[in-house]
Amino acid sequence: MAKPPDSPKEDTISGVRLSDLAEMILTQIPHAQAIGMSVVHVERAKATIKLPYDTKLIGNPETGVIHGGVVTTLLDNGSGLATALAMDEIRGMATLDLRIDYMMAATPDRDVFAFAHCFRMTKKVAFVRGIAYHDTPDDPIATSSAAFMLDTIGKRLLGTSPLDSTGG
Amino acid sequence: MAGTSTDTVDMQELWQDIPYVKFLGMKIDLKDGELITTLPPQEHLIGNQFLPALHGGVIGAVLETTAIVELMWRSKFQSFPKPIDVTIDYLRSGRMLETHANARVVKHGRRVANVQVTAWQDDIDRPIALLHGHFLLPNAAREQTADDVV
Repeated sequence: MAKPPDSPKEDTISGVRLSDLAEMILTQIPHAQAIGMSVVHVERAKATIKLPYDTKLIGNPETGVIHGGVVTTLLDNGSGLATALAMDEIRGMATLDLRIDYMMAATPDRDVFAFAHCFRMTKKVAFVRGIAYHDTPDDPIATSSAAFMLDTIGKRLLGTSPLDSTGG
Repeated sequence: MAGTSTDTVDMQELWQDIPYVKFLGMKIDLKDGELITTLPPQEHLIGNQFLPALHGGVIGAVLETTAIVELMWRSKFQSFPKPIDVTIDYLRSGRMLETHANARVVKHGRRVANVQVTAWQDDIDRPIALLHGHFLLPNAAREQTADDVV
């Protein structure tokens, strides 16, 4: 993968720029690709991702509103990404629990964004908050609170790619 | 308790009309008077391709859908419950096996239902994930509910 030769100050994780790492993680998650998730913006411990509206994701055929489970998936994935971006070096992780509060239905025909912030990371556990929205996080579709266990996968699985253990 | 064959036919029709349920490939069965949903393992549902494991969000979606269909079934499909909040506990990674889920309505009030859902794969005594959540019941549900308490 491309190292950042130009700027020694640029933030990296295991030698990978944050934006490159986020792209690589998302493209290696088959389900994220299947529903069309993409990275919008990343910074240290924070990620914003996008889910385009798609009729195959409709949960209520009468209204055309996407299924709540899709919002859950977007927040889960965004939270995992924020956790990866909070690490000093790539480590394995697994979702321990995820709470979602649904404030309003997503609007049909509109993209949904998810912003997630890993606001605290202890030796073994990461704590993450997330917000799903259309226009601004101040007008949320749903909010989330998640905990991730760290180092859930042995280092032998981390040999070929720094991304082997992330996602899902 | 609603459990006639007519209900099952209605349920299958309604079920097939939900695009996201089709996308996931979820199936629904009535076994011994209980609704059981099944998710077949598929490539496009993978969250970690190196294990491989199902996406945690997909497991959450299956649990949530199972809760909703249980409530719809109980209301004879007169209501479409909306999730207020759900909490998902991930106990084991979802392997590339069939995943089953079954919901228990802990409390069915006039406006809100409290539901617990368990998901398992090859061993029902080794659940892979649990959900508990609150679901808002639309007006139609009220008329169908005899044991209103909330």
